[in-house]
Amino acid sequence: MVSGNIEWELLAPEFILAGWAAAIILLDLFWGRLGKEPLGYLAAAGAFVAAGVALIWADDTTDVGGLIDINDYTTFFRVFFALIGGFACIASARYVKQKLLHPGEYYALILMTVIGATGMAASSELLTAYISLELLSFSLYVLTSYSKFDLRSNEGGLKYNLLGAFASAFLLYGIGLVYGTTGTTSFAGIGEVLSGDIDDIRYGLYLGIALITVGLGFKVAAVPFHMYTPDAYEGAPLPVTALISAISKAAAMALILKLFAQAFLPIIDDWRYVAAGLAVVTMALGNLVAIQQSNIKRLFAYSSIGQVGYLLVGIAALSPETASALVLHMVGYVATNLAAFVAIIVYYNWTGREEISEFKGLAQRAPYLALSLTIALFSLAGMPLFAGFATKFILFQAAAEEDLLWLAGVASFFSFISLYYYLVIIREMYLGEPDEKSRFPTPWFEYGALSILIAAVFVIGLYPQPVYEVVEDSTNSIFLPADDDALVEQR
Amino acid sequence: MEYVLLALLAVPIGCAIVFTLIPGHYPQLIRYVAFLGAAAMFIMSAAVFFGYEINGESGLQYELRWDWLENIGFFGEDGITLFLAVDGIAAPLVFLNGIVIFAAVFVSWNIANRNKDFFILLFLLVAGVYGVFMSQDLFFFFFWYEVAVLPMYLLIVIWGASSDFGTFTRTKEYGAMKLTLMLVAGSVLIFVAIFATFTEAGLGTFDMTQLREVSYDEDFQKWCFPLFMIGFGVLAGMWPLHTWSPDGHVAAPTGVSMLHAGVLMKLGAFGILRVGMDILPEGAAFWAPVLMTVGVTGALYGAVSALSQTDLKYMVGYSSVSHMGYVLMGLASMTTIGVTGSVLQMFAHGVMTALMFTNVGAIYDQAHLRDMTKFGGIAKVMPRHTAFFTIAGLSSLGLPGLAGFVAEFHIFVGVFQADYYWAGALGILAAAITATYILRMLARAYFGPLNEHWEGLKEMRIGEQFAAALLIAAILFMGLWPAPFVDSITDSVNSISGIA
Repeated sequence: MVSGNIEWELLAPEFILAGWAAAIILLDLFWGRLGKEPLGYLAAAGAFVAAGVALIWADDTTDVGGLIDINDYTTFFRVFFALIGGFACIASARYVKQKLLHPGEYYALILMTVIGATGMAASSELLTAYISLELLSFSLYVLTSYSKFDLRSNEGGLKYNLLGAFASAFLLYGIGLVYGTTGTTSFAGIGEVLSGDIDDIRYGLYLGIALITVGLGFKVAAVPFHMYTPDAYEGAPLPVTALISAISKAAAMALILKLFAQAFLPIIDDWRYVAAGLAVVTMALGNLVAIQQSNIKRLFAYSSIGQVGYLLVGIAALSPETASALVLHMVGYVATNLAAFVAIIVYYNWTGREEISEFKGLAQRAPYLALSLTIALFSLAGMPLFAGFATKFILFQAAAEEDLLWLAGVASFFSFISLYYYLVIIREMYLGEPDEKSRFPTPWFEYGALSILIAAVFVIGLYPQPVYEVVEDSTNSIFLPADDDALVEQR
Repeated sequence: MEYVLLALLAVPIGCAIVFTLIPGHYPQLIRYVAFLGAAAMFIMSAAVFFGYEINGESGLQYELRWDWLENIGFFGEDGITLFLAVDGIAAPLVFLNGIVIFAAVFVSWNIANRNKDFFILLFLLVAGVYGVFMSQDLFFFFFWYEVAVLPMYLLIVIWGASSDFGTFTRTKEYGAMKLTLMLVAGSVLIFVAIFATFTEAGLGTFDMTQLREVSYDEDFQKWCFPLFMIGFGVLAGMWPLHTWSPDGHVAAPTGVSMLHAGVLMKLGAFGILRVGMDILPEGAAFWAPVLMTVGVTGALYGAVSALSQTDLKYMVGYSSVSHMGYVLMGLASMTTIGVTGSVLQMFAHGVMTALMFTNVGAIYDQAHLRDMTKFGGIAKVMPRHTAFFTIAGLSSLGLPGLAGFVAEFHIFVGVFQADYYWAGALGILAAAITATYILRMLARAYFGPLNEHWEGLKEMRIGEQFAAALLIAAILFMGLWPAPFVDSITDSVNSISGIA
């Protein structure tokens, strides 16, 4: 199985993260005087260091023992996930101080999710991907139930855990079937087998792919495997909700993209409409049910389900051009969603409220926060000036280019539906009368993080070329030359 | 001069940024900045219009081109460019936007509640409108189109007013939500049509000058054109998708109503012409009878609805639907003179309806009432206001010498030229109904014996008078000397394939 030499230094960013996580736990244990809040900023610093170190391998192409690719795709996601983790730590700092116990383990677990997520994007074979996925998932199960005196948190964590274990079983069985029929777990190897004659193994293979789809569909919260999402989102401490909505989805999407691009692309005509169907029901359910929500966390749970539907549009129309559009949209979505969550966390830290109706009059009490949240919501709804418009436009256009114009149309339609429930929040903030008139104190660290995220939303929305180029370089590296030939033949 | 178009985008956006930096407790400073910005836009817009050379070549002028996305993904050379230029059709509309925003700033002078946020959103809206008129790239055309729609919700919800009709109320939230959702729903169709056009052309570019050169499959044109027609038609107030328009315009504050009815609705008609008819001429020819039918229905329906309103603002709102119906009729005639008339009507209706909203706002601010049956003899206490309103009304009903006449005359000639006799006849009937409701409104509310309840009303503010004078100057200019408008528009209309 293991081919080539194992150069451990290639995994330096992951070692740094793991070491940093251990150090955070020990710091918390032996130097309690440090306090809870600085621990968060320290953890964030670790994530940023790891991101910086990952840049060493920019433009390199190598691998670790044939299990993990080190290429632009890996580097891109290493940086991306580390940044998400870092922002989650910053957003957590004050929240953890006020609401949670055991900060050391909390931040260590966030850093572990980054390792797991990176592994999912970097792995070049199924079992490494599975192990990474479990690392991510287990960290998130614990984090979800971290607020241990809150019943909702316990309920959400348990539900997430049980259903997640169930989904993992599906995934493992699927991996087994694919291995059994193709004789390899490496993505490239599977791709080679599928390019040839597969009549003998068709049924076992298709069942395997279907089961893998179920397992990964659970991780991205695609309908009908989304049942845990609202409860996990509502129960989890707010920064963890932000983390789930960003890193869990992005990592699973990165894995799906790589797996389908390298392994399953030769038989795209057989699964394209399944993916398209999943995309349609996911967009429909997420966006329609979101309309009915009164709790902002649940609203974001459903809205994030809808957002996954847009990403699945990119999978259904998979090609090198769509892949880059898909990742670009994902980057825009994650930046926007994190901005929205940071804003919600800041509000929650002030007031402890999370009902949409309780956001009334926010514009009078904290104009900058209200403006930022408004920008994030308009971006999520796909309004121009902001990331959501440009990236959705590019993604849907890419789908249309692959003969899925109808799917692009459906996606645009649901994107329009989503505007309604985002407007409801905006209306509360600007139209409602606040119970008190006083201004809130300014939380500088959170506002700093928020400003960076909002700036990212504007940059991607107003001039995406540089980001798009980086993304395209990274996605080009997952499409193997052989697959390009196959693509050419298909056309 | 090539940077003048960029400046027309940069000034409103720059002002919006400056407003965000000014603390909210300096409202007067914000007003002065808004005044300076609007004055700059007015002057530059006028420069664009008067500097446009009519040379019979119908070419784009003031071209400016910056790459935005190129050679990446499925984008090829010139994938998406910030490509700004105006032709003879866009030039007068840019001028219109400059006039209306300048007037709207005067009318909005006294907004006291969060005037900083108001002007930020208003100037964003204006930037969006300029962007649509000037973009020669389909992506940015749509980008600015959405930018223009985006601020409306907040503008109406925060500064708007609800209407109480005794038995029921039309809240501003209702009007704002209806307007936003209907317009964005229309955008979905435009979105899909743009994807389809880009894919069908297969050029890897959104450059409209290149997309125009492609000869598209006829079947494709036939199913794609209605997407553009309906999508843009929603914003153009096309019957039966016009219902957002009266509710939205009534709920909006005066300055916003002026811009929205005055220029924003024109974006819809402009989109049908610039994107729909220019890129997909065969589709347009195929669907022209349908467009003519909905246009004439809208003209009649709007007029009859306006006739039955007693609320002044609803009357103006429905008259907008009626007048936009004429615009669509002119487009559907597919004749040079008819399409020229449509663009003339966009300008004429723009200044005229902005003037009407100014007047309605002026009286509502004092009386807090818009029911024309409750007024009477207002001319005695507000003579200038009455004169302004009368001029707007006379232009609306098509009195020769005023802008409305020039535009409607062209449209009707075009409609008859294209052998739509029935539509022409019904359109003229609608004009007669317009005369009825305008004159009846003037008679009821403004002339006759003074209702003593309103003895205390004062003349409209000096700023409002200035705004009205500016708009009237534009009405008279076009009404008395239409040549610059007609020449510049005809020049470019001739180059659109499929228009005879």
